[in-house]
Parts: sequence; structure tokens; C-alpha cells
Amino acid sequence: MSYKVVHYINQFFANIGGEEMAHIEPELRDGFVGPGMALNNAWKGEAEIVKTIVCGDSYFAEHEAAAKEKILGWVKEIKPDFFIAGPAFNAGRYGYACATIACAVQDELGIPVLTGMYEENPGADMKNKILIVATANSAAGMRKAAPVMAALALKMMKGEKIGASCEEGYMPNGIRKNFFEKEIGAKRAVNMLVNKLNDKPFTTEYPMPSFDRVAPNPAIKDLSKATIALCTSGGIVPKGNPDHIESSSASHYGEYDITGVDDLTSDKYETAHGGYDPVYANEDPDRVLPVDVMREFEKEGKIGKLHNIFYTTVGNGTAVASAKAFAAEYAQKLLQAGVHAVIMTST
Amino acid sequence: MVKEIERAGIPVVHMCTVTPISMTVGANRIVPTIAIPHPLGNPALPPEEEKALRRKLVSRALEALTTEVEDQTIFEV
Amino acid sequence: MKLELGFTQINDIQFSKECKVDNGTLYVDPEAVKAFMYEDDDVKAWVKDFTFDVAKPGESVRITPVKDVIEPRVKVEGPGGVFPGVISKVDTVGSGKTHVLRGMAVVTAGKIVGFQEGIIDMSGPGADYTPFSKLNNFVVVAEPADGYQDNKHEYEHAVRIAGLRAATFIGELARDLTPDETQVFETYGIKEGIEKFPDLPRVAYVHMLQSQGLLHDTYVYGVDAKRTLTTILNPTETMDGAIISGNCVSACDKNTTYHHENNPVVKSLFEAHGKTLNYVCNIITNENVYLADKQRSSDWTAKLCRLLDLDGVIVSQEGFGNPDTDLIMNTKKIELQGVKTTIITDEYAGQDGKSQSLADADPLADAVVTGGNANEVIVLPKMDKVIGMLDYVDVIAGGHAGSLRPDGTIEAELQVITGATNEMGFNRLSAR
Repeated sequence: MSYKVVHYINQFFANIGGEEMAHIEPELRDGFVGPGMALNNAWKGEAEIVKTIVCGDSYFAEHEAAAKEKILGWVKEIKPDFFIAGPAFNAGRYGYACATIACAVQDELGIPVLTGMYEENPGADMKNKILIVATANSAAGMRKAAPVMAALALKMMKGEKIGASCEEGYMPNGIRKNFFEKEIGAKRAVNMLVNKLNDKPFTTEYPMPSFDRVAPNPAIKDLSKATIALCTSGGIVPKGNPDHIESSSASHYGEYDITGVDDLTSDKYETAHGGYDPVYANEDPDRVLPVDVMREFEKEGKIGKLHNIFYTTVGNGTAVASAKAFAAEYAQKLLQAGVHAVIMTST
Repeated sequence: MVKEIERAGIPVVHMCTVTPISMTVGANRIVPTIAIPHPLGNPALPPEEEKALRRKLVSRALEALTTEVEDQTIFEV
Repeated sequence: MKLELGFTQINDIQFSKECKVDNGTLYVDPEAVKAFMYEDDDVKAWVKDFTFDVAKPGESVRITPVKDVIEPRVKVEGPGGVFPGVISKVDTVGSGKTHVLRGMAVVTAGKIVGFQEGIIDMSGPGADYTPFSKLNNFVVVAEPADGYQDNKHEYEHAVRIAGLRAATFIGELARDLTPDETQVFETYGIKEGIEKFPDLPRVAYVHMLQSQGLLHDTYVYGVDAKRTLTTILNPTETMDGAIISGNCVSACDKNTTYHHENNPVVKSLFEAHGKTLNYVCNIITNENVYLADKQRSSDWTAKLCRLLDLDGVIVSQEGFGNPDTDLIMNTKKIELQGVKTTIITDEYAGQDGKSQSLADADPLADAVVTGGNANEVIVLPKMDKVIGMLDYVDVIAGGHAGSLRPDGTIEAELQVITGATNEMGFNRLSAR
């Protein structure tokens, strides 16, 4: 039994016509049409295009909701194992349609999808949502694109492990995957530097990210009435680390009650952090989480109250996404508890 | 992490040694501390002086929380 | 400076009363190694006993917790001796002749020093990630003296010295051998180099040394790197053990002494030296925990790059987290001096690979080589034999409660494997 595939293409690749025919509504045809042949041949019977959906690029752009509804209805009925769209090369509206419809099929019908296009095609903006194979910027690249798309599609149909983007040919999708290069890293670095020095093209293995910003909240008006919480990424925990927070790559955070605790002492608290020399923090955990002086300020009336719970995690090697999720969760708890401000300490 | 607390609507001050990381990730109120293994202490000092140092640092953090800021600000100690 | 390395391939290690290298086999008497290690007072004070074992490629053997890996070498011509300032007297090394026992290493293991000792599997999937699975390993397992837990810094020092002494003892056996292969490495003075290669770009290696604290340290000619200012080294000095590891940072990206002796950046730059570039020197700089130190050291690095009139540098990192800032500060400042950079790092992108890989970032760091995502999870099968102990698998960096499963398999992040995501670019592992 071979896998059933539905292929999406535009009016041009269906040989209906160019811009003058871009208004045509979606139509459903049996078997492969146009570029579908190359994919179908590459699968050598292991998978087969059972239906081809043809839609005009302008129609899709101008009647997106209607086009989507019609196409999803067909795909739902056909129940294919896979949905493949394009490749769209550098055709902007076609690329947008391929990515949009593929994403809808994936998200709404739970069917695995794949498309292909040139990296600068506007449709490629969706590369973090669906896998998009990088192609040349014109249809002349079909000969190269078809085997790459066909091979990756077949892997996905079979449920095989998908390798790194550069191995499989899809555009980097924000998910980092390990693989073995041909050369060692130092050699790759020397080659990259020599290219850079000679103004030749080179590709970084890790493009630098950009960070979002959050506007600062208004200041505390009256400190003497404020409840202030202490939080840390320095891994301060009760002695013995009762919740087993990992020394690196923490999978959870800790929340501990310090009601009646005036000072963090070495017999009751320690650090679970594995990224720095723990001796000093273990000797006196206040060096990381200053409970002692916050209690003094509380007694002196400088601050209203030290919140009775502190939140702690280990920053060491912990994925930014996890740290974000931890903080987002306990920030809600802090809000509910009426905390006015937070002092976060990091090691 | 500081950003998530800020996002939730709670003013937050980040006390850390490596302020460039804090700037890169986007903390708004930053107080530089002593060293990575002992941000709020200095084992080389006698206990009373160390405590005084910690009071000074935390006071600065509280000042930061009571100061309106428009943009990322480092409150030098 | 010019150094000739003479390599003798070791294919087997046998315990024997007589110590010698014969026909590719190292014959060694563990008792003699032990006696040589105990000649040091600190070793005597902090190590109760040593046990010895041999692990060969392909065997169903797991070594853990691993502290350091060292290649035995001996200086046969020229000034100084191996591991200057630590084992040999302080004297500038890196010239003359050095004999190397290739294909083997001394591995120190035993009760944990910090959180961050590693695992070396000699076969199975884990073996693909550590270069040390391909070596014949002479494993020294140390048992700490009582009270070591309150004196971890002293204990770390003792085990560090013990490993270097064991390697020195074995290296000495290579003194009178006729090497299987010799290689010559030479860099030139500034003016000499320019005259020799007038048309080649001038390139240096900015070598960042882990120096975050007593359990995260590197030593240069015996000097603790955190108390140094950025300075210059002839590349060949590293081949004689001028830089050693005293380091308990995460196993996957700590540079062992073996990595320093066989620095892949030095090797790759020498391969290109005189062809596509002119390899000028190494610049060593530290990764301290004080911000002022980070600023000073990276200022100094950029200043030296300019002073040396370099065209480009390769920057390698050690560890992760706040050293990412040292890496970015160095890169940014060097680029702003008009010197082009390529950097080598590794990633902590989360087990799902979706998170941000580095703690710091800058658009000027536009040429990055990665050693892979250290958070990726791997399952290591049970091994027939364990050298050392499995007691620490759950708590070492990259492990978690339950990492060691009842059936003897281990589920953990690549972080636990010694050398897996090395940031000198020792391996082929990468990520996209």
C-alpha cells in the first residue's frame, strides 16, 4: 500500500495560464498535474498523488477564507496521508498560498504537510510553523527541488526522525538539531574565516537572535507599604534540595516559605546551581538571596513586608524558554498574592 | 525571567554581576553586584562589613524600584 | 618558534612489572605510577588510594565521573619540560623536540569534585560523541581522604596534580623511542612573518580560558588564569602542556588538558599557515566572574589584535552562560577594531531545541561555528563494566533525578559526555 498524497499547485503550473488566469477558483483533479509528476516519480510507488488541487493565485489572495474552506473540505474528505504544496519558487502570491493552505491543513486537519519556495518569498515567513524546503528563485530549479521535497516528504510520511535543516534541505525553523558535519569545528572555523577575509560568501552556523523588549512598569510609590518578593536564578534551596532541582538544565522551579526565617544559614539552605563555585553560596546563602537584610528593612519599616514565599531556579544551562515559562507562571502567583515588586538575583 | 515578571505588571529589579547579559535580554532596572559566586556578599570581608555591603546593594535595588525609568537603566552602586 | 613532534602510536596497554613501550604496546606498572604520584605532598594529603584500569575502544565500558584526560608527552630537546610551572620548572617551552604517545590517554576519575564531571563510553551511541572513546585509556581512579568534602579545592588540586604526574611518568617512557611519524610546527616573529608571507592575511587564535572560580579554572605555566591579563603565546607552547585544565565545568564543553595539548584550532591554523593565511600567534584571555575583569580582559584582547595588525582571528570559548558574555564582548570589540572574527561555541537550546542558544548575542558575531546543542537528550545503554562509580549520574550537570534507570541505562543530556560539544571545534558535531 502506498501513501496517499494531495498536491496543491497554482494556475500557472497547471498549465491553465499566467496572470490573466490567476482569478480561477479552486478545482480538484485526479492524479498528478504538472510538477506533481516529478514528485510522484521520485516516490517510486511508495507514495502517490491521488488528487491535485489547482487554484488561481489572485483568487486565493482575494478570497482566502472561501478558498481555504473549499480546499480543507476536499482534503478532509480525501483523508490523505500527506499534503504537499508547490514548490512556489519566487512567486510571491503562490508562495503565500502554499504556506497558508499547508499550515491550515496541518493545524486544522492534523495531516503532515510540506511546501517549497525561494528563501525571500513572502510565504517563507511561515517557516517556523511548517517545514518549507528552500528552492531556487525560478522554476528552472524544479529538477533540484523535486528530489529534496520528495525525500523529506517520504520521511515525514513514514514517521522517521527528521535531521537538521541543512541535511534535509528545509529552511531553518528555529528548532536546533544536532548532526555530524564532515569536518571538525576548528577546520570549519578556519574555512569560514578565510572566506570572510577574502570577502567570499560564508554561512554562519548560528544566526544571532534578536530580543523582544517589555516596557518598564511604574515605580513603587511608597516602599514602606510595599510587599516585596525575592526571586533568584542562583538555585538557593532548603538543604538537601527536597524538590531535586537539577544542577543544570532545570526542569522546574522551587517555591519555599520563609515565614519566621530571619537569616538563611548554611545548616538549612544551600545552592543547587552547578554553574559556579558553590562554596560561597553554601557558606552563607544570603550572599545570593538576601533574606537577612530584607528582614532588617522590614523591621525598620523601610519596606512594608517581605513576601513569605521565595521562588528559585537554577539558571545554569536552563533553556531560556523554560526559564520564561517558570517566571510567567510564578509571576501570576506573585500577582495573586498582592506582591508589589520583585528583587531578582542572578549568579 | 525578569521580563516575564515585568510583563505580568510587577516592577522588578535585576541584581546581577554580568550586566551586559541583563541588558541583552532586556531587564529594565539593573543593579550590578559583586561576583557571580557571591553576588550579594564578599567572603574576603569580615562579617559585619559584608552585611553592610549587602545592605547597601539591596538599598540600591529598592531605590531602583522607587525610581521611574523610561528605558533600560543600570543603577550603579 | 619551531617545535618538532614525534608520534608513537599506542594500540594497547598492558599492566606489567616492567615499564616500557614496545611495538605499539604500553607496558606499565600501576604501583610504580602510584609511587610517582605519591611523591607529591598534596596528593599524599588528599588522596587515600588509587586504583587503575584500562579501557579500550569498542569495549562495553563506561568511565565516570571523569575529571581530566591527559596525553603523555616528554620533552627530548630544547628548553623546559612538559607541564611547565606545574610538573616541570618554569621555562619557556614550545621549541626543540617533544615525543608523544598517540592513541592513548591518562584519564582521572573517581568521587566527584564538583557537579560537573563527565561520562566516557567506550562503545555504543555515547562513544560517537566523545573523542576519548577512540583512545586506549589508562584510568586512574582516586579515592579521597576523609574530610575532602570540606576541602574540595585542595582535593581538586591533588587529583589534578596526580593525573599530570601519571601522564609525566608514562610520557617519560617515550623519551628514547624512534617516532613513527614526525611533524614540524613553526611560527615567525612579526616582521619575519610579514616578509615571508607578504600577501597572506595575518591571523591569530583568541583562546578563551575558563577561569570562573576555584573549581572552574585553567592554569598557564602554573599561574591561575583568573589572575592573568590577556597575553600572547606561541602556538607550539600549548603542545608542551603550557596550559592545563583544573576544571569542573560541564563535561561536554570543558577543555581537558588533552584538548589543550591537541588544540584543534592550533592544528587547523597550522594546516592553513603559509597557504591561505599567516598564523601569527595565540592570544589567551580569561573568563572571570567580575564584570570589571570581563571588561578589562576583552579590552585587552581587542587592543592586542590591533597592535599585532591582525586581519582576522578565531575565538574559541569554554563553558557557557556568563562566558557567553566574554565571548560576545571579545568578538564585538575585536570586530570594532576592524579585525574579522569567526567564533566557536556550543548551544543550550533546550531539550526541544526551541530555545535561545546563547545567553548573550550581538549582530557583529556573524560567523559562528557551533559544537551542537548540549541539551539534546541521549539514552546510553547499560555497559558491562563501570570504571569509577555510577553514584553521581543523577546530579552531574546534564543529569536529572532518575537519569540512571533501574535497568542500568542512562537518560541524560549530551552535557554529561566528556568533550561532546567542545568549543575548540574538536569534533564534527554541529547543529542547525
